[in-house]
Amino acid sequence: MSDQADKAGTTVAKPPPWNDPFVRSIFFQVVAIGLLGYFFYSIFDNTLSNMAKSGVSTGFAFLTREAGFGILMSLIEYDETHTYGRTFFVGLLNTAIVAFCGIILATILGFVIGIARLSNNWLVSKLATVYIEIIRNIPLLLQIIFWSVAVLQALPDPQNSIKYGESFFLNNRGLFLPKPIFEDGFGLVTIAFLVAIAAIVYIKRWARQRQEQSGDQFPVFLTSVALITGLPLLVFLAMGMPISWEYSALERFSFVGGSNIIPEFMALLWALTMYTAAFIAEIVRSGIQAVSHGQTEAARALGLRNGPTLRLVIIPQAMRVIIPPLTSQYLNLTKNSSLATAIGYPDLVSVFMGTTLNQTGQAVEIVAMTMAVYLTFSLGISAIMNWYNKRVALVER
Amino acid sequence: MKGPVVIVIAVIAALVGYFAAGAINKPAEMKAAAPAAKKAEPAKASGGTLAAVKAKGVLSCGVSTGLPGFSAPDKSNKWSGLDVDVCRAVAAAVLGSADKVKFTPLTAKERFTALQSGEIDILSRNTTWTHTRDTSLGLNFAGVSYYDGQGFMVSTKLGVKSAKELSGAAVCIQAGTTTELNLADYFRFNNLKYKSVVFDTSDQSVKGFESGRCDVLTSDQSQLYALRTKLADPTKAVVLPEIISKEPLGPVVRQGDDQWFNIVKWTLNALINAEELGINAGNVASMKSSKNPSVQRVLGTASDMGKKLGLGNDWAANAIGQVGNYSEIFERNVGKGTPLNIARGVNALWSKGGIMYAPPIR
Repeated sequence: MSDQADKAGTTVAKPPPWNDPFVRSIFFQVVAIGLLGYFFYSIFDNTLSNMAKSGVSTGFAFLTREAGFGILMSLIEYDETHTYGRTFFVGLLNTAIVAFCGIILATILGFVIGIARLSNNWLVSKLATVYIEIIRNIPLLLQIIFWSVAVLQALPDPQNSIKYGESFFLNNRGLFLPKPIFEDGFGLVTIAFLVAIAAIVYIKRWARQRQEQSGDQFPVFLTSVALITGLPLLVFLAMGMPISWEYSALERFSFVGGSNIIPEFMALLWALTMYTAAFIAEIVRSGIQAVSHGQTEAARALGLRNGPTLRLVIIPQAMRVIIPPLTSQYLNLTKNSSLATAIGYPDLVSVFMGTTLNQTGQAVEIVAMTMAVYLTFSLGISAIMNWYNKRVALVER
Repeated sequence: MKGPVVIVIAVIAALVGYFAAGAINKPAEMKAAAPAAKKAEPAKASGGTLAAVKAKGVLSCGVSTGLPGFSAPDKSNKWSGLDVDVCRAVAAAVLGSADKVKFTPLTAKERFTALQSGEIDILSRNTTWTHTRDTSLGLNFAGVSYYDGQGFMVSTKLGVKSAKELSGAAVCIQAGTTTELNLADYFRFNNLKYKSVVFDTSDQSVKGFESGRCDVLTSDQSQLYALRTKLADPTKAVVLPEIISKEPLGPVVRQGDDQWFNIVKWTLNALINAEELGINAGNVASMKSSKNPSVQRVLGTASDMGKKLGLGNDWAANAIGQVGNYSEIFERNVGKGTPLNIARGVNALWSKGGIMYAPPIR
């Protein structure tokens, strides 16, 4: 009824189009989008025509040309004969690996220090406070350079390496480790590992259902550890240990063969981890303190011990406060990894926006591609963290 | 209520109409007036660099971040070096005073973008003239001020005598240089393995070499001698005899301004011609009364070579008088009396066994 009345009302007093709020709002939005589009179009067009006028080459054809320069560290196969496009992926992966390792290590270190700061032990809590206040108040670039210089200066040259057994060597060219070479049959070990993970997921679900029905608890954690180490190990032994190691050997200048973790990577990862962990520690502390003390008391009243209180009551509630600022720390770490160029770590900025840009001179395309990578990384991390945030958010019943 | 809204709509409609009409009718004008003023600047500067420099009263010159002998700030914080003197000569020719130069230190990575975007008027920064740079960067090389070649410096204790022994070595190198490519070519061609550790500035690459991160430092050979003087103990390093590439270094200008290109090119030529004709900073005044027609043309006492460049006829006299001829510049900055102690070698005049040759001023 009321709908009809409304319709009837509008038909009676239909305003002229320029006074119709609906038409008007559409009009303004179209105009706004048009102006914005024109603005970007004109910047784009202006850039292109100016570059053409001053004889600068444009386009993405350079990506298929041979690069002709070497890169210190590459996760994929690369040598001078590969293309500029390949250098993009080499740099991208080098950035990704340092960001990925950094996020994991910073999270672990940050949680440990954040909890330590809340410790009842005076010494532990003061040490954590001192760490946080020193590390987060010194610019990151200085810290990266400091660790790079400290690491490089402190380590001996390859001839006088620090040895750990006969296969691990540490010197100013980095850490040299034996490189695993997988032989036939190792695929089964991988399969066993995957089977163990699937089994753990299943057992966890089953144990939970059982506990909800009967109240009996099942030692999920211990079973999981046993499964994930035991099953692949059994298969590994059964297949006759299908793995061999390639060892590093000292030649005239340095070690050859095996795996090598370059010192620039260690310095950058260490600095990024230390720096970000200081911020994460504060976030963790604030998250835990945001859970009121009444929650602890309630848990105690239910008869929960210290461990389960923290694990089942405090942390889940603290996570709601921790996750959003933690996400931005992850984003910061990823973007800060571009400071690598200062110490010669071949990340995306150093390789692609440095050498490749200089050899080809195509600044606009290369800078745009580099920005797109960081944007994609950041949006990806955000998406994952938002999904996780939704999972841990308080579900009110 | 109605009034203002109608006015706003009318204004927006008028704006849209104006831009739309502009886009259709006068695309050329629009580009000049488009909002990206920063990008429009180099276009405006093309053809007008001389006028712009005269209006500013100072020449913007891009130099290195510190390379002894070529461009480095001295104790009193004044820039000196061979590349610096080329800029000073151009400033003397254009503005009448060699001191009217603003030096902008640039890393190898930054240099071409700085020139393309109009931040500097001339790039004089031990830059190698190559096909790719000349043809695809929108730049012109205005001649050669120093003939160089790439070499290697190694630590004495390794006992290396030849670059062919360097297989497996870690090599420190500066980012964005032709050396990066030459190195890869040389090692690949000779079936040698290497690891390149890339730094932003030459200072950092020297530090890397000194701290033992690399076994080898590679760069243009002149730079190696310069960088060797910077080491805490120069006797601990030795420069290998091999030269693996041609590195003609010279000043660079933006493409599309032929007048400015000519000014830089002929100022450099004038310095080299002056050495050949025996004109130097000390005798430039007395040489003005010389009977030699070649000298008269250079110094502007006969004919009007300066006018053809859009400058005063005393352009070359100013440059030579205030900065010196090529020989004086070379000896003062990198020659026998300096820490670099580089012999003229291929940089001697063509008439004295080298390849330094400038077209005649006539």
